Amino acid sequence: MATHPYEVEALIGKEYAAGFYTDLEADTLPPGLDEEVIRHISSKKNEPEWLCEWRLSAYRHWLTQKEPRWATVVHPPIDYQGISYYSAPKTKKDGPKSLDEVDPKLLETYEKLGIPLHERAILAGVAVDAVFDSVSVATTFKERLAEAGVIFCSFSEAVRNHPDLVRRYLGSVVPAGDNFFAALNSAVFTDGSFCYVPKGVRCPMELSTYFRINAANTGQFERTLIIADEGSHVSYLEGCTAPMRDENQLHAAVVELVALDNARIKYSTVQNWYPGDENGKGGIYNFVTKRGECRGHNSKISWTQIETGSAITWKYPSCVLRGDNSSGEFYSVALTNHYQQADTGTKMVHLGRNTRSTIISKGISAGRGRNAYRGLVRIAKSAANARNYTQCDSLLMSDRCAAHTFPYIEVKNPSARVEHEATTSKISEDQLFYCRQRGIAAEDAINMIVNGFCKEVFKELPMEFAVEAQKLLSVSLAGAVG
Amino acid sequence: MLTISNLHVCIDGKPILRGIDLEVGPGEVHAIMGPNGSGKSTLAHVLAGRDAYEVTQGTVVYDGADLLAMPPEDRARRGIFLAFQYPVEIPGVNNAYFLKAALNAGRRYRGLTEFDAVEFLSLVREKMKLVHLDEALLKRSVNEGFSGGEKKRNEVFQMAVLEPRLAILDETDSGLDIDALKIVAEGVNRLRGGDRSIIVVTHYQRLLNHVLPDAVHVLSEGRIIRSGQRDLALELEERGYDWLRPNALA
Repeated sequence: MATHPYEVEALIGKEYAAGFYTDLEADTLPPGLDEEVIRHISSKKNEPEWLCEWRLSAYRHWLTQKEPRWATVVHPPIDYQGISYYSAPKTKKDGPKSLDEVDPKLLETYEKLGIPLHERAILAGVAVDAVFDSVSVATTFKERLAEAGVIFCSFSEAVRNHPDLVRRYLGSVVPAGDNFFAALNSAVFTDGSFCYVPKGVRCPMELSTYFRINAANTGQFERTLIIADEGSHVSYLEGCTAPMRDENQLHAAVVELVALDNARIKYSTVQNWYPGDENGKGGIYNFVTKRGECRGHNSKISWTQIETGSAITWKYPSCVLRGDNSSGEFYSVALTNHYQQADTGTKMVHLGRNTRSTIISKGISAGRGRNAYRGLVRIAKSAANARNYTQCDSLLMSDRCAAHTFPYIEVKNPSARVEHEATTSKISEDQLFYCRQRGIAAEDAINMIVNGFCKEVFKELPMEFAVEAQKLLSVSLAGAVG
Repeated sequence: MLTISNLHVCIDGKPILRGIDLEVGPGEVHAIMGPNGSGKSTLAHVLAGRDAYEVTQGTVVYDGADLLAMPPEDRARRGIFLAFQYPVEIPGVNNAYFLKAALNAGRRYRGLTEFDAVEFLSLVREKMKLVHLDEALLKRSVNEGFSGGEKKRNEVFQMAVLEPRLAILDETDSGLDIDALKIVAEGVNRLRGGDRSIIVVTHYQRLLNHVLPDAVHVLSEGRIIRSGQRDLALELEERGYDWLRPNALA
């Protein structure tokens, strides 16, 4: 059956609602990177000597590394000396002590993005750490969390107030020199979120970080570190947006999760960085290293990601299953439209006995979008009775988009059971016509079909995020039937 | 209700329908019969508004309006329902959710208030009985994992909920065993009446044993070559289609 590009195509591509810019006086370093810049960042943040040294050694390591070239993404060379590595909204004092001291323009920005920071306005039960360019500007619900013993604060604050925890766990999952972008992050990271949930505590609310890039010509290099001590539970959400600009901007974050015995961490991301315009101009380069380690037995780490933004996405949230009986999960929806590119997936490294992992990946390509699933399942010799189930489905919505699947499976223990299923389908004219024949408008039909395709992943998201994700998907797809 | 005049239709430049004339009045049941490849399904799909068919000549007037100028969703909202020969699977989309969206799209279009969950559910419960569908089917994805019979029954069920003014059944009897056929036919018969018109497209006349047509038309090579009443269908069963072909008559 002939397909009619006007339809799916015409329905993907509404405006990027988060694309505005906030005019603020900022304290921004001139572009360029050398040891002086790193020392400057470190001293600006009053960091202890060991952390400055840690940064410098990461930087020296980075100098010896090359940008990875194995992903299917294509982009012009990045000028690392053309980026400013520090930008913070100017404040009168060292930093706001409470929300009352935060610049109203900043609060307005977050309000506009649907993230009210005033506690009275906040959706019940979600604590937010708001990261604006290089710094954390506000963290809500701190006191209530402290009552439960949960530490939730900006990374800089954690370095000041909980140096032992930071020192013990920083880089323990993603070493400073892990890969090119992780090394760069380790050298120049400016802020991020830190969370520690003590033994036996179920975190009383959802925690979330909302990342916002605002300044031009800056990169955002934040670092998130979450530690769930024995028997604790935590659910963490992450959202991201950026203004619309013609230049590409680099976002190279590192996220480290540590789950000790019987602990559970659920980490959800809705990534909506500016994706560039319909001709592929501008957009964020999202080169992110996310890894969690199930260090203790019976621990569990679950990643859920909805990736609709960024010009290029390069990320593989992974689980190292070290503890016996530990389990890892990865649920992903990645959507590429226009000229967006995504090379994303996961790594499940089974080291402990009876470790289990589940991978559900849904890739949607529209326009000239390119979407690759890249996943590694490694069963080490020590991992007796390990099990993995992988399912990756690709949905094509135009004649010019592409979907690739690159599963890597390495098994060193004969008792392992590894299953892999993959499908590729085109959003069919049959499905579309069936819906329209029942009276459902084409645009609604596309949303319905795509949401149905993603259902297994959406049901893993916390309630408010699931609604948000569906909306986001329909905006990203507006104008995309083909 | 529906007037088709001199309708010519091509697919990829190849003529499929070559001058169809057909008049269906309110409340009438018409059967369109014919051998494989005669253009029956094409006619059904053109009426419903499927793309990829090119209408080269002719007109279709539905309720006084130019049907061919309307997008498929508007035709549906004005009361045209096509029961598909091969109902389409939509993974992850809940059957009830789908049907509620369809019902309310039509109600909105006609300026009626939308059904809320409670109203919808009570309507659906009543209609499910018509085709002996299990309520569990509502919670499953549209047509996914349904047996052949369940898919066809689901079509008739949707039709019962949407209450069309003109229903087109495209080979709804194909692939059904005799029990399933009876259930489907019973469902259709219950929906018959008032000014609801039905076009039954079928290769075999067995469905017509249960759904008695007011008129029977034989389609061959894109033209209606014979029209008659129910006895024409019986004759076709006895003698096949060949005796009606133009060259056989010559």
